Amino acid sequence: MAGVDSGLTGADDGSTGADSGPAGAESGPAGAESGPAGAESGPAAVDSAFIELDGVEKVFDVRKKTGFMKRERRQVRAVDSISFRVERGEMVGYIGPNGAGKSTTIKMLTGILTPSAGRLRVAGIDPSRDRTRLAHRIGVVFGQRTTLWWDLPLVDSYRLMHRMYRIPDARYRENLDRLVELLDLGDLLDVPVRQLSLGQRMRGDIAAALLHDPEVLYLDEPTIGLDVVSKSKVREFLRELNTERGTTVLLTTHDLQDIEQLCKRVMVIDHGRLMYDGPLAGLHEAGESERTLVVDLERELPPIDAPAPARVVRVDGPRQWLAFPASESAAPLVARIAAEYPLVDLSVREPDIEAVIAKMYAERATA
Amino acid sequence: MGERSALREGLRAYRLIAGMWVRSSMTYRTSFVVTVFGNLMVTGLDFVGILLMFSQVDSLGGWSLPEIAFLYGLSVTAFGIADLMLGSMDVLGARMRDGSFDILLVRPAPVLAQVGADRFALRRLGRITQGAVVLGWALVSVDVDWSAPKALLVPVMVVSGAAIFSAVFVAGAAFQIFAQDAAEVQNAFTYGGTTLLQYPPTVFGKDLVRGVTFMLPLAFVNWVPAAYVLGRPYPIELPQWTAFASPLVAVACCALAGMAWRVGLRSYRSTGS
Ligand SMILES: Nc1ncnc2c1ncn2[C@@H]1O[C@H](COP(=O)(O)OP(=O)(O)O)[C@@H](O)[C@H]1O
Ligand SMILES: [Mg+2]
Repeated sequence: MAGVDSGLTGADDGSTGADSGPAGAESGPAGAESGPAGAESGPAAVDSAFIELDGVEKVFDVRKKTGFMKRERRQVRAVDSISFRVERGEMVGYIGPNGAGKSTTIKMLTGILTPSAGRLRVAGIDPSRDRTRLAHRIGVVFGQRTTLWWDLPLVDSYRLMHRMYRIPDARYRENLDRLVELLDLGDLLDVPVRQLSLGQRMRGDIAAALLHDPEVLYLDEPTIGLDVVSKSKVREFLRELNTERGTTVLLTTHDLQDIEQLCKRVMVIDHGRLMYDGPLAGLHEAGESERTLVVDLERELPPIDAPAPARVVRVDGPRQWLAFPASESAAPLVARIAAEYPLVDLSVREPDIEAVIAKMYAERATA
Repeated sequence: MGERSALREGLRAYRLIAGMWVRSSMTYRTSFVVTVFGNLMVTGLDFVGILLMFSQVDSLGGWSLPEIAFLYGLSVTAFGIADLMLGSMDVLGARMRDGSFDILLVRPAPVLAQVGADRFALRRLGRITQGAVVLGWALVSVDVDWSAPKALLVPVMVVSGAAIFSAVFVAGAAFQIFAQDAAEVQNAFTYGGTTLLQYPPTVFGKDLVRGVTFMLPLAFVNWVPAAYVLGRPYPIELPQWTAFASPLVAVACCALAGMAWRVGLRSYRSTGS
């Protein structure tokens, strides 16, 4: 039985080392430390990153009914010539608005979808060609779906993973114990999944994706719909997973807090195109960020005539919002408004990453 | 990765997932008992209908009650086995629409095995039981001069028939990839097929019989081999040996269905729907 499997996973490349094959997982002398450290010492080609995309594209043919008997065929370029590399142990945020192409990218990285063009490698494997072999080495969590068995106690789903992934017994117990502790699942193991809250189920799903020691964890919108407490638990766990076990993490989200709290590196995607790839801090510069002055006037008035580059960006009754460069002082602007308008109250808002990105999108759209 | 190890992996995954569904259904213990019983009743009803018909007439399309019971038993048993193994493949379309199909694609197991084991339900044993009971009664009641080839043909029919129906299930699933709301089309071929085969070919038009022989070769589940066993003329002009061709037909059907599945899966992975 085990022979089939090791034939499938072991033969191919040495770079994966002891930690990938289900059989070899425990053989490392360091035991629990057999994560990425072991793999790096393997004979991997130096210049090949763990995840590599080269001009990857995904084009969907969409047929839409436009009227009686009329159909319109249209091509949607969900992912448009994207290239990036992710090294082992990185934690990367993949962000963008709805429909940007995040899920499509994840689906190509996991072998669910075949790219229309370009070259894609994960741990040296072409995901669309070697889907099952890759499956042993990756973990995937889809925020809105579950891999857990609705009517059965949570632990039953884990037992299925144990057997389906052929995780050695000792390894399975060790991993399960650790995940139960870190994700606070102790009281939930015997509870049928249908009785779990969304946050509990998400934690349960994350554990299910990690039992087989994947080298990379993909999460597609892992915090969507979660309450604040669950969100922070999930984030805390991911941080620990990444720092302690060195698991590579790639998460998509449209919740920028996820990124601000977790990822040093951010990739921004919109309309299928990679618009930014770099450190989180750099995003502000890339977006030429602005601060916002919120003024409350005595009554409703036409937009304030502010000196450029400051300008009114929004009016709502007596309240107006003015944007001005983050690098400039607010004082002259405030003085001028106070002198010429019936001012009641004001406040200054620092640029948030959300606004930065919104601005970035706006600029690309007009460019 | 050879075909053989893929098959072995597939069977293993099938067993694991079917086991999970059985355990799931056991969590509703009362409803499990009720559904098994209900299943037996419902599938039993259509044979009761045939019995009622025979309280008014002596033959149907020239076939006696035991002969029709023979057709019925073969069709229902063969279909029942396929239905037990792959009966929930019609939920595939729904799985694609709600996205849960993607979950299957990231597991290290053949997708067809996972889809085949989906919603595996032991209550479907009801249909097999009922078919087997009717078949058993038919075997002792039909007026047949049993010979070795004829006796051998009975289990061959059940196994080949199950394989032919299984192929129809798989082909139907592949079709659903292209038309995701076509579960009813699949059901028309599977449930419709087994109902058709419960009646003698003589009550149907020649065109239908021809279609069911050459296009969708359900006639090899029972009509043709059963005609040989019962010493009746074949439903349409065919050489004598075709009564023994059911295993070949079954293998061909399975191969074609497997190809259709592969094409379907490849299409899904390129269109994402
Ligand atoms: N299977 C599909 N068929 C057709 N269009 C699709 C399919 N999947 C996604 N799309 C389209 O591709 C674009 C990107 O979708 P997606 O990757 O799901 O975005 P995101 O996850 O960033 O919200 C959207 O315009 C979406 O409508
Ligand atoms: Mg998405």
